[in-house]
Amino acid sequence: MEHPIEQEIPLNKMELENFHVHIEPVKGLVELKLKEIWKFRELLYFFTWRDVKVRYKQTLLGASWAILQPFLSMVVFSLFFGRLAKIASDGFPYPIFNYAALLPWTYFSGSLSAAAHSMVNSSHLITKIYFPRLILPISAVVSGLVDFAFAFLVLIGLMIFYSVPPTIYVLLLPLFLLQALITALGVGLWLSALNVRYRDVRYIIPFLIQIWQFASPVVYSSTMLDEPWRTLYGINPMAGVIDGFRWALLGADPPGIMIWISVIVSIILFVSGVLYFKKMETTFADEV
Amino acid sequence: MPQSAIEISHVAKKYKIEHGAKPKYRTMRDTITNALLSPFKKGNKINQNEIIQPRSYRFDSSGHLLWALQDVSFKVKPGEVVGLIGPNGAGKTTLLKILTRITYPTRGSIDLYGRVGSLLEVGTGFHKELTGRENVFLNGAILGMSKMEIQSKFDEIVAFAEMEKFIDTPVKFYSSGMGVRLAFAVAAHLEPEILLVDEVLAVGDATFQKKCLNKMESVGQEGRTIIFISHHMPNITRLCERAILLDQGNVVMDGPAFEVVGKYLSNALNTKSAIKWEDKKYAPGNHIVRLTSVRILDEGFNTRDHFDIRESIGIEMQYEILADGYVLYPGFSLHNEEGQWLFASIDTDSEWQGKIRKPGTYTSIGWIPGNLLSEGTFIIGPSLRSDTPNMVHVYEQEALAFQVSESPLDTISARMDFAGRFPGMMRPLLNWETLIFPEA
Repeated sequence: MEHPIEQEIPLNKMELENFHVHIEPVKGLVELKLKEIWKFRELLYFFTWRDVKVRYKQTLLGASWAILQPFLSMVVFSLFFGRLAKIASDGFPYPIFNYAALLPWTYFSGSLSAAAHSMVNSSHLITKIYFPRLILPISAVVSGLVDFAFAFLVLIGLMIFYSVPPTIYVLLLPLFLLQALITALGVGLWLSALNVRYRDVRYIIPFLIQIWQFASPVVYSSTMLDEPWRTLYGINPMAGVIDGFRWALLGADPPGIMIWISVIVSIILFVSGVLYFKKMETTFADEV
Repeated sequence: MPQSAIEISHVAKKYKIEHGAKPKYRTMRDTITNALLSPFKKGNKINQNEIIQPRSYRFDSSGHLLWALQDVSFKVKPGEVVGLIGPNGAGKTTLLKILTRITYPTRGSIDLYGRVGSLLEVGTGFHKELTGRENVFLNGAILGMSKMEIQSKFDEIVAFAEMEKFIDTPVKFYSSGMGVRLAFAVAAHLEPEILLVDEVLAVGDATFQKKCLNKMESVGQEGRTIIFISHHMPNITRLCERAILLDQGNVVMDGPAFEVVGKYLSNALNTKSAIKWEDKKYAPGNHIVRLTSVRILDEGFNTRDHFDIRESIGIEMQYEILADGYVLYPGFSLHNEEGQWLFASIDTDSEWQGKIRKPGTYTSIGWIPGNLLSEGTFIIGPSLRSDTPNMVHVYEQEALAFQVSESPLDTISARMDFAGRFPGMMRPLLNWETLIFPEA
């Protein structure tokens, strides 16, 4: 009997070998499969694009929200900490001193929170479709960069207004931003994986961010601390990031050895976050 | 070229069951209190909250582990369309989830040769705030299509969903039917070599369902390997050549879809295709005649309970006449699953009309022609009747049952190319003619 279904499928050997997938139980050390994330880069792009698009569509004020949030914080902080409490601002006008810190902080806290919620918020995807789960928290921290870019425009305005010229070290700014990104991602990976298993993590996130903000030199300067305490302060990686921002943008004191400590802590958080996340990844679909 | 598109060997999957059927999530408090209380929980005390699962689930001795799959092995050749059937909890969906890499097996391994696409649930990842156009791209990417691929198929997808007018409207303004249509259109245009489908055909209105079934059929004919899970057996027999019956996490039967479905349905419905009364004292009847056996058979005289819609079905009755002088006629009634009486039939053999049958053993067969019944389950009630006196000696209304389904053969049936649900209790193949038509 002639059967249309019994035709040979038009595929050559090369193509089939490319698409060979082997599935077996996961055991032992975690494989990173970075190649696979590269294979799924378009999906990473689409998730990021979706996050940005939805954020700007849903809100009445749209893009201006990304500007207003740090700007209004700066106004409030300037009034209370700059005017009333008269906190020292390393010789810069308090608003710009504060805004240079709010810029990375707002990015960091927003990205951390988005990454920490990313897995649970996408549970409908995780239980239905396969893709490297790392893409979700990564796209959460990447899409925050768009907000950062908008908020950066305000800083340029402030620098013109207060006539503070940028230093040559502004070229190092992307590195400090990268440090903020991997820190947010590292902690976000820990929290998102924990959040799948323990739903009370979501109550901890806002609290953690609040405490962390006061532990970071956002409204005050880390020069308030004497050595060796300032160097030890680098254990909070955001202290390094913020000092780096102030140094690169405004020409404040260089962060010195403290920056290296903060970079090491950031890397530890990031690597351990990735490892923990990968370890938990195989059970996400069964647990979420 | 590899021999198989899919090779599954000894796959098993274990789930942990904790306090209650399946907790949605844990809280740290649970973990902490469990840790603190566990010293006092020694022994095998059964927790009050433990929900006993239906018996089809497989627990280990402690009752905390569920083997959703026990030991599943099979191979699928490239281009094969395989139906996966079985009762709820048999492990069908778990197997599909392992094949799509959503979850991992506990034991065993799987090799897939080719790109894998799944239609586990249509519309996964649709975002209400985004427009139809944006969702097509997002959903396509989630299902594994590249941007280029989506762009080249975009118009086709929109046309398939019949959504040209609303494609730039946010999905939150769509009716649920519209959303599903668009989602299925995206999924239907996925072109992987291996396609995994789970009951998605149950979406949308009747017309759209028909369109989806046609699309599935054409996908199958393009040489794609398909694994198809459905509870609707007519769809399985129509779309698949081969079916695998899973039960309790094991492969119970693997073979031509038509036979496997038949076996599954007869097990599920507990139908019989033959009865023989060994002890004549208890055989139905009286001192005049007794029915000694009855069976359903095919044209080759083999006992069967499952037939293709095109096949003739024979009802064979064996009876023993004990008293002389009676004009007896064998016959039977035919009911459908819902208990509707479709027809009755009595012996029409002209040789025996009005003729007295001497005592002895007789065997008579009545044939139901092919292309008469519809797809479904039918119940046979054999009877023995006499004219003088007009009397029914035997009537066993629900003695036997058989299945009729339609397999994708190239010979004609009354359905022709129609892929949707074909209505009606009967499906005779009638003669059609068009007598008047405009000249070309």
